[in-house]
Amino acid sequence: MILFIRRIYAMILRHIYLFMVSWPRVLELIYWPFLNMVLWAFMSKFLSQSSNVFLLASGVLIASVIMWDTLFRGQLGVTLSFIEELWSRNLGNIAVSPLKPIELIFSLIVASFLRTMIGVGGAGIAAYFLFDFQIPSYGLGFILFFINLLVMGWALGLAICALLIRFGLSAETFAWAALFFIQPLCGVFYPISILPEWLQPISLLIPATYIFEGMRLTFFDGIFNINLLFKACFINLLYIFIGINLLLYSYSYAKKKGLLLGNGE
Amino acid sequence: MNNLIFKSKKNTTSEETVIFVKNVSKNYGDIEAVKNISFSVKQSRTLGLLGSNGAGKTTVIMMLMGILKSSLGEINILNKDIYKFRNSISKEINFASPFVELPHKLTVLQNLTVFGHLYGVKNLSIKIEKLSVDLDIKDLLKRKVGKLSAGQKTRVSIAKSLINDPKILFLDEPTASLDPDHADWIRSYLEQYQNKTSSTFILASHNMPEVERMCDDVIMMGKGKIIDYGTPKDLIKRYSRKDLEGVFLQLARNDKV
Repeated sequence: MILFIRRIYAMILRHIYLFMVSWPRVLELIYWPFLNMVLWAFMSKFLSQSSNVFLLASGVLIASVIMWDTLFRGQLGVTLSFIEELWSRNLGNIAVSPLKPIELIFSLIVASFLRTMIGVGGAGIAAYFLFDFQIPSYGLGFILFFINLLVMGWALGLAICALLIRFGLSAETFAWAALFFIQPLCGVFYPISILPEWLQPISLLIPATYIFEGMRLTFFDGIFNINLLFKACFINLLYIFIGINLLLYSYSYAKKKGLLLGNGE
Repeated sequence: MNNLIFKSKKNTTSEETVIFVKNVSKNYGDIEAVKNISFSVKQSRTLGLLGSNGAGKTTVIMMLMGILKSSLGEINILNKDIYKFRNSISKEINFASPFVELPHKLTVLQNLTVFGHLYGVKNLSIKIEKLSVDLDIKDLLKRKVGKLSAGQKTRVSIAKSLINDPKILFLDEPTASLDPDHADWIRSYLEQYQNKTSSTFILASHNMPEVERMCDDVIMMGKGKIIDYGTPKDLIKRYSRKDLEGVFLQLARNDKV
């Protein structure tokens, strides 16, 4: 096996092992997306009894929740995978090893992808069987929506990892809270036209805004707007570039300040 | 530059310099953690770094491993600049410290497997089998690291540090918190390992009998500087003390280390 692939594989294996020996972690992955989905599915059912909007697009709330969870789990997957190294005081061992920072980043992204697939995939399957939820016929377009949300989650997750390297576990709160700061702005459950005018330009800087708008358009009007997807892709490319470079910069900063060996609880 | 070139008492033919440090300093803002130190170490020797807490021992080790950038100076490990060639050098070195732990939730076998892959070890399962026999951890392989005693954890940490057959092994207080029996076992194992492999050890420790026993040469550090150096015997003789602890205490009480 090519050595850099083997090193990335080692780090992914580390997370797979962790899940194999720690069932509460696996449960936690599935539990929140599932619970969220169930809650909003019932809410959707209730609203569809009194609102024509929800009657027309009964799956929109469930889709919103599942897509939001994709974004959240994508970000959390990166940050929690990294935080595991801090919790276990293992960052020093990894830093001394031949693993390059860019390989660490790739391993965090793959670990996040696996975590998200387990959590959100489980919720999606449950939604299909319990609430007859189906993604509209634009299947490929929706997959691209999901990929964009994942990429945005990774970009934010990497930026938070940069903070974790710089400030240690005192920055852990960002891992849980950062995305919720963005939630009201990116129109998960409502169009951004609802927002005050001065806030709308800010929400246009968030890739997820275009994805949620595109999702609603598909549900309500049966239109798949490729322009919204392109806009999200473009901003995401920029953000993932920034996220990767922030982490690389932070790692390099940690090398100057001696933070790699002592970082932990 | 002090021309500190440490030669071995051991019966090895190699005179290859594996660590070369020239005029190295490390500053954190206004604080000078390490001040213009120079030394070199030849293959198959054990160099002890001694000094009080905050003397700069761990800072030196971190710089030698390439995970802390020096502010000034040159560090060559295995004849290559550590900062330019860290990736290739890191395959040839390893590190053990009770203060840097292995993931607690993973079993010993899982940890060794992960680190074996990270270091690109060939025939990994055979290597793990051999290490587990040598270090008497075969019965622990399926146990989680977090459930092990301090002595067992140290043996596992040593196993991890030897997984890639390192040419240079950095040991930061490897026997801290161990009882005398376990500590002696670890020292004996490391000595045997070094005799077999001609690897080089850099040992930071507060345990003077350990340093006296294991180290060919010693650097006494204080406030980021090299205060004195030599073989343990030379230092004991020079300061007219009966052991290295006496030397250390004399220097400490004179506010040198």
